[in-house]
Amino acid sequence: MNKKLTEKLASGHSTCAGCGIPAIVRTVLGATDEPVIVANATGCLEVTTTIYPYTAWKVPYIHNAFENAAATISGVEAAQKILLKKGKIQKKAKLVVFGGDGGTYDIGLQSLSGALERGHDFLYVCYDNGGYMNTGGQRSGATPYGASTETEPAGEQSFGKAKQRKDLMEIVAAHGVKYLAQACVSNLRDLEKKAKKALEIEGPTFLLVLQPCTQVWKFPTSQYVSVGKLAMETNFWPLYEIEDGKYTINYTNPNPKPIERFLETQGRFKHLFKPENKHVIEEIQKTVDANVERLVNKVKE
Amino acid sequence: MIHKTYSIQNTKYNILALTGGAAAAEALRQMEPDVMAVYPITPQTPIIETFAKMKADGKVETEIIQVESEHSAMSAVVGAQAAGARTVTATSSQGLALMHEILYIAAGLRLPSLMYVSSRALSAPLNIHGEHGDVMAVRDSGWVQIFSENAQQAYDLGFIGLKLAEKTRYPVIAVMDGFHTSHTTERVEVLEDADAKEFVGEYSPEKYLLNLEDPISLGALALQNTYFEFKLDQEKGFSKIKNEYKKICSEFRKTSGRSYKLFDSYKLDDAKEAIVILGSTAGTAREVVDKLRDEGRKVGLLSIHLFRPFPYKEVGKELAHIKKIAVLDRAMSVGAYPPLYTEIVNSIYHATSRKIDIASYIYGLGGRDTFQKDIEKVFKDLEEGEISEKIKYLK
Repeated sequence: MNKKLTEKLASGHSTCAGCGIPAIVRTVLGATDEPVIVANATGCLEVTTTIYPYTAWKVPYIHNAFENAAATISGVEAAQKILLKKGKIQKKAKLVVFGGDGGTYDIGLQSLSGALERGHDFLYVCYDNGGYMNTGGQRSGATPYGASTETEPAGEQSFGKAKQRKDLMEIVAAHGVKYLAQACVSNLRDLEKKAKKALEIEGPTFLLVLQPCTQVWKFPTSQYVSVGKLAMETNFWPLYEIEDGKYTINYTNPNPKPIERFLETQGRFKHLFKPENKHVIEEIQKTVDANVERLVNKVKE
Repeated sequence: MIHKTYSIQNTKYNILALTGGAAAAEALRQMEPDVMAVYPITPQTPIIETFAKMKADGKVETEIIQVESEHSAMSAVVGAQAAGARTVTATSSQGLALMHEILYIAAGLRLPSLMYVSSRALSAPLNIHGEHGDVMAVRDSGWVQIFSENAQQAYDLGFIGLKLAEKTRYPVIAVMDGFHTSHTTERVEVLEDADAKEFVGEYSPEKYLLNLEDPISLGALALQNTYFEFKLDQEKGFSKIKNEYKKICSEFRKTSGRSYKLFDSYKLDDAKEAIVILGSTAGTAREVVDKLRDEGRKVGLLSIHLFRPFPYKEVGKELAHIKKIAVLDRAMSVGAYPPLYTEIVNSIYHATSRKIDIASYIYGLGGRDTFQKDIEKVFKDLEEGEISEKIKYLK
């Protein structure tokens, strides 16, 4: 394996075949030559990289609990500030948090909100695989409308998730964060650019990265890049950034593929192709279109 | 603040009129913590308010993180302490309950933070007053617990607690009774800043996150093959705390002239009946002991400082000659005997095969005052042999 790639997160971790999380981590951490310290919420990344007595982390790493990665990094940041001031340490490290959507949209939202409001200097990266994948695929606040999950499965009386996902980007933006961006594991160059930008800014920054989960989205392990690409090409997952409140779209498809092209790649949406669920697909398409329109209008503002 | 410096027999000290909360804040100032992560809650708030003012006046350098909950307070404490900073916090009641999950993590990661707790009742129903229900609910979390009786002890045991934490790498809770101690102004002898600084020393951890040359991974996943050993190690180290505590108490005596032990024994040597207690009510009980002694009764008092780890052997030995004991708990363990009573029964069971009558009393829940007459009633019960397996309540 490319030595540069494994400089901070080594090979030998135990993520599933076809998981994009290591690529996200390596791309973000590879975006800076400065030293980094990583805080990690409980989740897939954590359990697959730190099984005692091993660790895949070659940089200082802390996992505290599920809902408190942002509070944990707040402590690290305050410690760094005062120890630099007192001359007890000399070098300043970049502080990066990785959390899944469960640890960020749901159980960790309060801790994230507090850390953003206090203005600590750190980058929070949420890898969004749309559910609690580490515990076997339960529904989260990031699970898309219509997806079948273990805790809101499709059935005779159900088409899967009956509510729309949270718009976490808008929630974070409402904190007046200087820089936040939406990215996708299928476009690592774009992710790298955004990570670089985020890490250069002083104060809290945020990246929301789509991470197609081969296990729970149910697609072949060779396909995570192409599934992510379809998320972008159907405009399900537009790439954009918000810098000082100003929106920039990095990628939307002017001639988007119909949302079915994305949905049909995954077992979690299989039930939507039954005739009685046609309305769900129509609803998803409507939401996708409206979201792009909203973003386009935001850019014009 | 009344402020006067005295010099007696070459020991210089200041005498201040402080509440327990302000005494704790003064101790924290002198410890010069790097980071304090804290969230307001009654009756803890005087500690952080006093400390925040000290910061505003440039008397401390500490980075204060004004977190959005106690859960985040304890989470930030873990982050800061792991990063290599001397880190402190303070809380009460619901706040301590909200921290519960992370208390185990701080202890499991062997992060030696100091936390002041102004103990208070837990909801429901809501009650903001003094009680030990909150600290008792976290007695198995792996934190050392040291109880104080008054503002002076709250001040002193904070120093002992911090040093004990950093020496043993176990976090420490220094407990004062909410309101009765935290909000009562008392005479407090305060160390000179330089003496305090010398006593606590520098915090220099061996491993810490901000040491970029030696990256560590903290918070690993330990499965069936290793978790058990981690817990055994934690227990093994914890059992050494008693001795360290004693050593640090004797160092503190040299610095302050004030002496602390695992517990305070009062007129126990020839006592036939005794009360065992935690916290501020010990003061009231001591008055009663004096009064009854004047009447010729052989009574005594044991007030416990170190509650975790519990000094079973020493307590057992101390009480082995007593005929009748009443254990007074300011906490309820619904459906079971209360916490201190259980520990005393255990201590005595292992110390002697002689039958000792031990009665359980619960008092002061939700901040209800306990008067001398209540304590006298307990001694009267003991004298008259009114001892059964039934828990009694001093209402």
